[in-house]
This record gives sequence, structure tokens and C-alpha cells, in this order.
Amino acid sequence: MNWYGIKAIYIHEMERFRRTLFQSLASPIITTSLYFVVFGSAIGSRITEIDGINYGSYIVPGMIMLTILTQSISNASFAFYFPRFTNTIYEILAAPLSSFEIVLGFVGAAASKSLIIGCVIILTANFFVDVRIDHPLLMMFFLILTSITFALFGFIIGMYAEGFEGLQIIPILIITPLVFLGGSFYSINMLPEFWQKISLLNPVLYLISGFRYSFYEVSDVSLLTSTLTILTILIGCIIFITYTFSKGYRIKD
Amino acid sequence: MKNILEINNVTKFYKNSVKALENINLDIKEGEIFALLGPNGAGKSTLINSICGIVNFNTGTIKINNMDIIKNYRNTRKITGIVPQELNLESFETVWNNVNYSRGLFGKKLDHNYIEKLLKQLSLWDKKDNKIKELSGGMKRRVLIAKALSHQPKLLFLDEPTASVDVELRKDMWDVVKKLNKDGVTIILTTHYIEEAEELSDRVAVINDGKIILVDDKDKLIKKLGEKTIKIELVEPIEKINGNLSKYNFTLDQTNKIISHTYNLNSNTTDITELLNDVKKDGYKIKDINTEQSSLEEIFIKLIQENNNELVRN
Repeated sequence: MNWYGIKAIYIHEMERFRRTLFQSLASPIITTSLYFVVFGSAIGSRITEIDGINYGSYIVPGMIMLTILTQSISNASFAFYFPRFTNTIYEILAAPLSSFEIVLGFVGAAASKSLIIGCVIILTANFFVDVRIDHPLLMMFFLILTSITFALFGFIIGMYAEGFEGLQIIPILIITPLVFLGGSFYSINMLPEFWQKISLLNPVLYLISGFRYSFYEVSDVSLLTSTLTILTILIGCIIFITYTFSKGYRIKD
Repeated sequence: MKNILEINNVTKFYKNSVKALENINLDIKEGEIFALLGPNGAGKSTLINSICGIVNFNTGTIKINNMDIIKNYRNTRKITGIVPQELNLESFETVWNNVNYSRGLFGKKLDHNYIEKLLKQLSLWDKKDNKIKELSGGMKRRVLIAKALSHQPKLLFLDEPTASVDVELRKDMWDVVKKLNKDGVTIILTTHYIEEAEELSDRVAVINDGKIILVDDKDKLIKKLGEKTIKIELVEPIEKINGNLSKYNFTLDQTNKIISHTYNLNSNTTDITELLNDVKKDGYKIKDINTEQSSLEEIFIKLIQENNNELVRN
């Protein structure tokens, strides 16, 4: 293993995060605060509790998941697309690094940034509502696994994007709607039966549900199903990246 | 001297079925400076990028230090450095971070002493904390060289190292290249500037339309394909070339005072002593003698034209 190479990519990416720390943290903090104002105060005054949990507290895991998903994707996709755009990727391709090591460096950094942002959001949420974490280890397990999985997904977008606008299409058109419709701000039990069944087709629902269980021991689907879903997406992303990278498709002409 | 690089039957097609390299065979000796000459789109950069792992090639084998570059990519890439043609750098990073990053990528532990020495050698030390965007084009080119040398490679590829740099900086770069070679680095450079190949290289290859059409020692190439012209300025003008000089195919210029004879360096058909004796025998008085040798550039143009004509015929 080229550990120095992995470390170089990781530090290089984290350095970019440090340089833009204010923008990186300000945006999710402001967004989270706005969600609390809109959903927590305005709507929350009408929905007092879901599954015995105060509405403001109930939406915290969903909001964290929304941020983790979008940040993991955007961090990883930008991180890999940027050297493609500036052509500095030549150096990574010419270095004694395997595709696994390259992915580890980029995805590790993107997931780390998301984890930091996720933790900042938990702290921010504490200013607005009481946040209880019944299973901290399980919470970290979901947080880390989701960050890595969606950073991998972002890496794929970074490999395929033809321009900066291409980086935004999937997060805006697919991920954000899936998170909103995946029970971030409600329990699917509140929906009519037909829409409950439709919601079960949404993979993000399982992530949010499992994550919420680690906080309050309430969930829309079983913990095992949630865990298997995230692992399936993770393995799918790994297989896809390994195949694409090994062929040099989109990278090596 | 042993070969540090061996390329055997390498062919590369791009996705649109354009053949970029066709059956390339080339050996590079350890310690030499090798120049790869060719017009735009000839395949120079594609060949270098194939060797360095930046693009995939379709068939053939490439070995560095007798190790296959695909099977043993870690070991071969560790000793290889590349300076790309374009100024591909991260504008918002400092010189120091950029160069240390490259060293890390190539699997080497941070060594601030070495990087300091390298930056000083390339006159970049006082710019180490500057962001790349603050540097001139020439300085950026030096940063690229520093990055390529950050992991102490044995084989260095310079893809058009002096493209779009001024004459002064070009000479500086040549000094850097010569110094690196003196320190034991084998250098392969692609260039449009024949003067550069002439100044730096030990051997030259000419590539055209994805095929290597010639590989030879630079001096031998000049000697083999080069022509020399002897120009004799006479004291008195003459009307016509006749007598003993008529056998030499002399031409007379407009002033009727300078006679010129062009001969091939390799042909041994012209005996200069005999030629000068014949001038004397015919009673001409010589004011001045001048000789001109064809440059690598003229040889290069001749080769490419011949090759293109052959391609058209086929």
C-alpha cells in the first residue's frame, strides 16, 4: 500500500476544506437553523409529537442525513472533478497508486468533511431542541457508513461529470427529493397507505429510519433492513468504481 | 550502457478509432538525453503519457528498468517523473504544498531538506510560500519540474519543456536539464524546437503520424542526412563557371563573385583540398571561404516531407 500517497491526497483535500472552512460550515449551519425555524417552530407548533418524540427533536436525524448525503456527494464529486478540470489529474494517474488507494484518499477526505459537518449540525441542533442519542455507537456507525457510501457515489459523479453543472444535477434532481420524501421531516406512518408503500421504494428512507433509531429508538422500518440497505448501496458503489477505474473509462482516454 | 526504457510494438487507438501510435519500438539508454521530434499531433505526448500510465495503450509492452509498466506499475512509476506540456497546477496552493504533495503521491516520506534543496536549485525558494496563481509562466514551468523531481526519479519525461517561454528562460531550462542529466537522470524530451534537441540531446527520434520514422545519434544524424555548402568569394567577378570547376556543380550568385557548392557530409565525393587546388589552377583569386552546415531543423523538415509524401503515395 502506498500510504504516503493516500495521506498526500487526504491532506491535500482536507487543506482545501480548511481554506474554505467558513463557507463549508456556514452554509449547513444556516440551512439547519432555517429548517428549525420553518419546520420546528412554524410546523412543529401544529405537530407536537411523532412516536412520542417532540417534533423539533424528531426531525434532527433527518436533517443531519440530508446534510450528510448532500455534503458527501458534493465534496467527493468536486474533489475528483476538479483535478480532471484543471488537468492536474495527470500526476495522480502517473503516481504509483492503485485505484483503491486513489479512491481511499478522495473518499476518506470527503467522508471526513461530512462527518465534521454532521457533528457541527448536532451541536447546532442542540441550540434549538433537546437532542437525545440513545445509541451513540450505532449513530456513529450510520453516520460513518452513510458518509463513506455517498462520498463513493459523489466520486462516481466526479468521474462522469462533463462540467461543473453536471456535479449538481444528481444531488438536486435525485438526492434532495429522495431525502425530503424519505421521512426526514415526518414518519411514513402519517402518510396514506398507498404512499407508505411508494415510500418503501425510496432507499433513503431506510437510512433515515436506521439513523433515527440510534437517536430515539423509533423507526419506520427495521434496523436490519436499514443496515442492509446502506451496505448494499456501499457495495454497489465499490463494484462500480472498481470496474470503471480498472478500465480507465472517463479518466485515461 | 543498459536500457532504462524498452518499448515494443506499442499501438494506441483513441475511442474514435484514430490511431495515435502505430507499432512503436524504441530503447532508451540509461543516462542519455533523448529527444523526440515531431509535428503537432504526431503522437509525442501520447507516447509519453502511455509510458507514464496517464493513458492506456492497446497493444505491445513497455518496460522500465526491465520491469513491465503494467504488472510492476508501483516500482516503475516510483522512478519516473513527468513534466506535462500544459501548465497544469492548482492555482490556489502554495509552491511548497504543491511540491510536497507530489512527493507524497509518489510514495515518499516528507523530506523538507531535499525539497528545500530542490527549490533552491530551481530558483524557487523565495517563492515557496507564493500561491501558484501569483507566479509567472516561467516560474510555473519550474514548479512543474520541481514536482516531477520531488520523488527523485531516475527517468524524467519533459513534454515540450520550453513551450511558450522566452529565450532567456529557455536557456535557463537547458542548464537545468543538463545539470539533472549530469546528476544521473535519464531524460526524454519532446520538442518542437530543433535547436533544443540539437543543444541537449544525445540521440534523436523523429515521429510522424504515430510512427517512428528514424532513431539515431544526433551527430550521426546530422552527418548522415546533413548537407554542407562551401561558398567561395572571389576577388574578381566571373562570367561563367568553366574549366576544372565545372565538374563540381558550382552555382554563381547574382554578384558573379560567390560560387557555391553543396555536398553531402556522408558521401565522400567532394575532396575539399582538390576543389581548392582546382580553383587555384583555374586562376581565380579567393577573397573569402565560408561553409554552412544544414541544421537538425532542415533535416527534420526534409524527413517529415519525405514521410508525408510516402504516406500520400501509399
